[in-house]
Amino acid sequence: MTISLFLFYILAFVATAAAVMVVAARNPVHSVLFLILAFFNAAGLFVLIGAEFLAMVLVVVYVGAVAVLFMFVVMMLDISSVRMRGGALQYLPIGLLVGIILLVELVLVGGTWTLAGSEIASPSPPLDSGVTNTEALGRLLYTDYFYAFQAAGVILLVAIIGAITLTLRERGAIRRQDISMQVHRSRAEAVQLRKVKPRAGI
Amino acid sequence: MSIPLTHYLTLAAIIFTIGVFGIFLNRKNVIVMLMSIELILLAVNINFVAFSVFLGDLAGQVFAMFILTVAAAEAAIGLAIVVVFFRNRGSIDVEDINLMKG
Repeated sequence: MTISLFLFYILAFVATAAAVMVVAARNPVHSVLFLILAFFNAAGLFVLIGAEFLAMVLVVVYVGAVAVLFMFVVMMLDISSVRMRGGALQYLPIGLLVGIILLVELVLVGGTWTLAGSEIASPSPPLDSGVTNTEALGRLLYTDYFYAFQAAGVILLVAIIGAITLTLRERGAIRRQDISMQVHRSRAEAVQLRKVKPRAGI
Repeated sequence: MSIPLTHYLTLAAIIFTIGVFGIFLNRKNVIVMLMSIELILLAVNINFVAFSVFLGDLAGQVFAMFILTVAAAEAAIGLAIVVVFFRNRGSIDVEDINLMKG
């Protein structure tokens, strides 16, 4: 029992430290790597609390897709990190102020709000034990939340189309293969028969 | 499974605050701001999952999945916008995003 608590503290500490380093790192590449570390530790926390499917989805989607996308963009854009951090400390006071106010608010809310008795003090068992987390989630997702699930798919489709449309650009100088032009070429314009005289050339 | 709920809530609050702080701190790099938004969404996900497990209601995990979906879409669109902006201006400084200021 205590080993899970110990594991929680390790994972939580590393996740928090990684989150701090995401914000504080000078090099954006390091920020992305610390973001990956934070996501891995959050996935470990999810496994610890018993949400295995979401932990795996977190690793696959965030680490495998989103973080790699961030990494691609960071490396694609030619940003000098020296110029980047010119006046970084200019916004430190207001940032600290907002952060501290927010944290105090969250602590106040969490401190005054009492949990509803004993039923929330410990994790309640899932409604029908005997199915795995993934199966229970699938049963719920494909029945009660089916329309929301479809809407999520539409959101992803719109995101794909939007991202491609935004970044697609026509380059004039590139010579591309035009298949219909190739197919519609007739023999008359493609082949020329010349009578070459000896020692005269064309 | 002896970890109290308040532990998870505290962790989520800390990560959320770090994310908000990062948005204010990194005014020079839009990409780091997007990463801070990802941190905020991660904190929200931790809250959702913790409450879902402690209340025995799987709806929280379903909504965490939807948040994940929206976060992925947001990251894709945001980074596309950043790439286009960098092509046009040669910079991703927030101070340079003032074309519509007049």
